[in-house]
Amino acid sequence: MNALKKELKESIIEQLNLEDFNVEDIEDNDVLFGDGLGLDSIDALELIVMLDKDYGIKLTDPQEGKAIFASIEVLATYIAEHRTK
Amino acid sequence: MRKNKNIIAYCHIKDNTISVNGSTLLTKKSQLSFAEFSKQVYKEKTIAYPKFFKMDNLSKLAFLASEVLLENISSKDKENMAIVLSNKSSSLDTDKKHQDAINDKENYFPSPAVFVYTLPNIAIGEISIRHQIKGENAFFVSNTFNEKLISQYASTLIQNEKSTHILCGWVDFDDDKYHAFMYLVAEDGDHKYSQEFIKKIYNEN
Repeated sequence: MNALKKELKESIIEQLNLEDFNVEDIEDNDVLFGDGLGLDSIDALELIVMLDKDYGIKLTDPQEGKAIFASIEVLATYIAEHRTK
Repeated sequence: MRKNKNIIAYCHIKDNTISVNGSTLLTKKSQLSFAEFSKQVYKEKTIAYPKFFKMDNLSKLAFLASEVLLENISSKDKENMAIVLSNKSSSLDTDKKHQDAINDKENYFPSPAVFVYTLPNIAIGEISIRHQIKGENAFFVSNTFNEKLISQYASTLIQNEKSTHILCGWVDFDDDKYHAFMYLVAEDGDHKYSQEFIKKIYNEN
């Protein structure tokens, strides 16, 4: 699970162009949206594409995404339980 | 009554060099890619606007040129500012990136963050958000810089009191070849406003 969390942090930094962040700057329970990493609605769409592309998880309900993207901890748990690749 | 028009300042960004009013402001190694060049400029000018790194190349180019020209302009003058830009390549540089992401039906993952930049006037939006600009805007696509069209458009906006300040110019990016030429028009300014002068300073680069 720790390897997955690190992989997610690296992917998020790279794919969302978070130039000012390193993996060490993101705690597992940091809030990703709003006051946390400051991600926006386009970032949320980008994360949905990332789930599909990298882990074979298709999200269709936006409300589901809101809960899944709460933090790295929540996201990693969801991916571990639902991934198809 | 006919209103005065002048140019407060103008700038070029080309070949990893930024010049303002004909003088070099900064220059970087010629072998740097635009991504590397723009990142160095961002850090050197301590811009502190993380959204910059999410922009496409065209928006980054327009953003940097506007940063140079608007740094001493008051919030009041910015609020009603109009922006009239033009280029040759539209958003082609980003359009091609989007096309690459959707070419393969077996590997079809279009990026929302790329797709939102597949229009050239998004660059105007980025400048407007950064500086809280709420005036009129237009983005024209033509083969070469049309100083007549842009100057007539700007003149009409000032004459009809739509705006007191107009940010005008040419911002073109494709395949790591780029050129930004921007100038700020207002009633007061150090440079005489005329189509001849605009053509002259466009060709200064």
